[in-house]
Amino acid sequence: MLRYTLLRIVGAIPTLLLVIVLAFLMVHAAPGGPFDDERALPPEIEANIAAAYHLDEPLPKQLLRYMGGLLQGDLGPSYRYRDYSVNELIGVGFPYSLRIGASAMALALLVGVGAGTIAALRQGTLLDRVVMGFSMIGISIPVLVVAPVLVLLLAVKLHWLPAGWSETGGLRHYLLPVITLALPQIAYIARLTRASMIDVLSRDFIRTAYAQGLGTATVVRVHALKPAMLPVLSYMGPAIAAILTGSVVVEEIFGIPGLGQFFIGGALNRDYTLVLGIVVFYATLIIALNLLVDILYGVIDPRVRYR
Amino acid sequence: MSGNRTIKVTGTLLLLITVMALVGPWINPNDYMTMDLDRILRSPSAAGMHWFGTDGLGRDLFVRTMHGIRVTMLVAIVASLVSLVIGVAYGAIAGFVGGRVDAVMMRLVDTLYALPFIFFVILLMVAFERNFLLIFVAIGAINWLDMARIVRGQTLSLREREFVEAARLTGVSAARIIFRHIAPNLMGIVIVYVTLTIPQAILVESFLSFLGLGVQEPQTSLGALVDAGVNQMERAAFTLLIPATLLAAILMCFNFLGDGLRDYFDARHSQ
Amino acid sequence: MSLLDVTGLTIRYGDDTVVAGVDLYVERGESVGLVGESGSGKSQSALAILGLLPKNARVEGSIEFDGQQILGESEESLNTIRARRIGMVFQDPMQALNPYLRIGAQLEQIILSHGLAERDEARRRATEMLAKVGLPDPERQSRAYPHQLSGGMRQRVMLASALIAEPDLLIADEPTTALDVTVQAQILDLLEDIRDNTALLLITHDLGVVAGYCEHMIVLERGRVVDAGPTTSLFAAPGHAHTRTLIAAAPRVDRGGAPAPVSASTILSVGDAAVDYDELHAVIDVSFAVRKGETVAVVGESGSGKSSLVRAVLGLVPMAAGRVVYSGETLDGPVETRSLGGRRDLQLVFQDPVSALNPQMRVQTIVEESLLVHEPALGAAERRASVVAMLEKVGLEEKFLRRFPHELSGGQAQRVAIARALILDPKILICDEAVAALDGTVRAQVLDLLRGVQQESGLSIIFISHDLAVVRSISHRVLVMYMGRLVEAADNERLFARPAHPYTQALIKSVPVPDPVVAPGRAPLLGEVPSLLNPPSGCVFHPRCPRADAACSDTTPALRDLGGTRVACHHPGD
Repeated sequence: MLRYTLLRIVGAIPTLLLVIVLAFLMVHAAPGGPFDDERALPPEIEANIAAAYHLDEPLPKQLLRYMGGLLQGDLGPSYRYRDYSVNELIGVGFPYSLRIGASAMALALLVGVGAGTIAALRQGTLLDRVVMGFSMIGISIPVLVVAPVLVLLLAVKLHWLPAGWSETGGLRHYLLPVITLALPQIAYIARLTRASMIDVLSRDFIRTAYAQGLGTATVVRVHALKPAMLPVLSYMGPAIAAILTGSVVVEEIFGIPGLGQFFIGGALNRDYTLVLGIVVFYATLIIALNLLVDILYGVIDPRVRYR
Repeated sequence: MSGNRTIKVTGTLLLLITVMALVGPWINPNDYMTMDLDRILRSPSAAGMHWFGTDGLGRDLFVRTMHGIRVTMLVAIVASLVSLVIGVAYGAIAGFVGGRVDAVMMRLVDTLYALPFIFFVILLMVAFERNFLLIFVAIGAINWLDMARIVRGQTLSLREREFVEAARLTGVSAARIIFRHIAPNLMGIVIVYVTLTIPQAILVESFLSFLGLGVQEPQTSLGALVDAGVNQMERAAFTLLIPATLLAAILMCFNFLGDGLRDYFDARHSQ
Repeated sequence: MSLLDVTGLTIRYGDDTVVAGVDLYVERGESVGLVGESGSGKSQSALAILGLLPKNARVEGSIEFDGQQILGESEESLNTIRARRIGMVFQDPMQALNPYLRIGAQLEQIILSHGLAERDEARRRATEMLAKVGLPDPERQSRAYPHQLSGGMRQRVMLASALIAEPDLLIADEPTTALDVTVQAQILDLLEDIRDNTALLLITHDLGVVAGYCEHMIVLERGRVVDAGPTTSLFAAPGHAHTRTLIAAAPRVDRGGAPAPVSASTILSVGDAAVDYDELHAVIDVSFAVRKGETVAVVGESGSGKSSLVRAVLGLVPMAAGRVVYSGETLDGPVETRSLGGRRDLQLVFQDPVSALNPQMRVQTIVEESLLVHEPALGAAERRASVVAMLEKVGLEEKFLRRFPHELSGGQAQRVAIARALILDPKILICDEAVAALDGTVRAQVLDLLRGVQQESGLSIIFISHDLAVVRSISHRVLVMYMGRLVEAADNERLFARPAHPYTQALIKSVPVPDPVVAPGRAPLLGEVPSLLNPPSGCVFHPRCPRADAACSDTTPALRDLGGTRVACHHPGD
């Protein structure tokens, strides 16, 4: 198990390096510098700015400097928010994103796995078809449609929940963003769980368990749940990525000052260091979480562990 | 709903939407870019032939929506074709050659898988000034990974199948083995995954357009229309609801179609 | 009152009746064999007894267990009978045990679910049961996962799980079909030893198993009971034509044998062949020759290297060392690099006809494909004519030309595969377990077909099989392989009548004879085939060999000629 874990950790390093280099090169391949659209600056000042941000150095040297900073956990200064470092900006935005993202993920797992399991056990019944119908709709309707429509319905028309964002609004303000963000994941996880549970329940060892006189609840709990969760576990990586993506939209619509807002703002304002920093930060997060998922997979499936 | 009926119903709906998007602007006298500040946010009506009403700049929403569908579908189909070509070629080569080549090629796919692609696409869009063509390429570049994995897995298992060994033994050429023995057995799964790639591509496109990083005014797409609708929804809900409904309907049709096709091929395979 | 009394059992799926009015009963303590070919409804009937059929099955009739009607009972009340009163063993323990759960936990759960004991006591009983079924070091092994055990050990665990709640009846559905023959003998012994007073309903296709281990037998054909009675009297005087056919089709390892070879000219010779898969040595230094018109059988258990050997000869897998000479021409390298003539003359028939035929091609395309390569001058009509002639030869009518593989039965599909191999008029046909997936009666027909073709055209056949009874009935010469090595090679008659290698002797003794008069002996071999990744020192057979001494674990015996047989053993003999 230790060997397996170490192998996974070592395997993740090249991915991380690739991400950093790729993102760095992409940003620096962009035509036009970050300060182009400001009033024409005298060449000396421009040169000064360039020197201050080390933009006058050759690209490989810049890359090495950047990586050196990363090793110390430093993502560099922001081009736009002149007085802030990228680290500070992430520190401001990420807690919001983390709160809605993690809540959405927890909600999605809870509801998705539950609904999927029930649908699998009631396969072919009306309940099954209703759950599956709703989840297909949930998968098909993107966050950018769900979010405004829910705001329109629940906030603007019915006034049940607040539409906008308020720093002091409390839990009620989180409700709509989290549900919006979770819905497609609930749908997907429900379908995945159902399909996987049906597959596991049709396996021979489940028939053996029934032949041993175990009740349905025991069969599902002791024999079926673990293997049925493997595909869901595998989906956690893409799900995390999808929730990060979705949170960009949700933050935009609900006006939450999260990391997504900084990212889009940075992208539209050509704040390259900020955008680069957030990409590197998110990539590291995703890779780390994927690693965790891989290790968990090994814990659940003994055949993977000993390979 | 049985697989076959799903295919027929969703296929017909998609065909209708496509035909409407192609023919609509042609039978409606309005055009998609003429602004008229005297007719801002008019509700849908037959008057002035504004069947879907008008937007915040007084442009006809019906014609704009039809244009949006065209752009959305075009982006999605081209992106899917890009991912189809890259994915099938990559997966088939890895699966057919096998061995070390396969290991290296799949290691690369695994690595790419772990990347937060959408953020890279945004980086690309920023760096390259929202080049419309780039959207196709970017979206295609995301989606080929799944296709490559699936095709590679299938090819690998087909290559080991005994009917391929039998063909090798009798002296059948490699080309004939690929085109007569392996390709026909890949067809079903490739069709299913192309169908499921299209809605994913639509999602990415609408996401980018919604954030203002996709198609640029006066051009439009369903995602851009939803974005505009969000800004007007408190005054004119239809500007949001019409493009949102159409976007959801198209996505749902493709997803159901893909599911139906999978059931169909599964059933045919297990006969 | 019988322990189990089933009357008029009928099982339908939609309009499809798979079991039609089956009557069967099992008395306390007795063993009953339920015999039939695939599709006879034997497994369906067994599953119906425990209420384990899929939900869409409609079941009618009566199932009385210990005087109580259990057909149509609720799950709750069936759960008091399952395991506690009736235990069940399934065919493939790899599939039938939960791969995600330690085996000890799987056993404990049964005790806990039936409320027979608390957790500590349950654990103790599970370990005790594992010891009883012969798991070495049960304390430690109870923490193992199924995939960490060998096939035989897994089936022992399966048996432990069926018996742990001390049921009155044990239903065993093909319990040894997935196992090697020497391991099968061990499991059948164990079943006999352990069951005490537990009645046994044994479902099997193997008449040898029934003859050796069941007091009564019931013969099913297409969902109906055609014959039932004491095993000895049914074998002596079958009441129904189908029973007679089954018995006639079951080959016997203790008698028969093919006539001597017809020709002395060698057509294929293989010298010092070796096959490696990375660090695993699958075949080591195997040499043999095939003469014109003869059938050479290669026998061995799983991991013996028999399939790898012929695949290397054909160039489907690379040969690490050795040479293949066919009619004076050296064949080496992968099949793609060999001359068309050489490839044409060596053809292969696979075990599983379903995966050997391209599901997207029609029978005609499948059979004629190689003609496009080897006879490019033929027109479409001529090709069609030769396909029709070939199909007729293998016993298929012209109407099969347009069929797809999924429209064929197993036997028909295997005939098509044989037709594809024979259409090039090869000189050597290699059959890799070619009849292993077929029912007994169909297997007999296909074997007849092969004999017929051989007599007609002087074809040589290399016949790879794990089934010694079949090998005895079809081959002229036999090669016995163990862990990649050739351990004995002799003429059919000599090998079966006077085997010299202790492994050959054990192999032959392990095969159940379909005749109740021949009492089955105890399993002649202990243990199972070791891992090829970590082979024993010296003679690889020594850890299981009754004659092994210090020399055996020290030096590898070379193949020696012993007059009529070649043996690799330090202590050969009768």
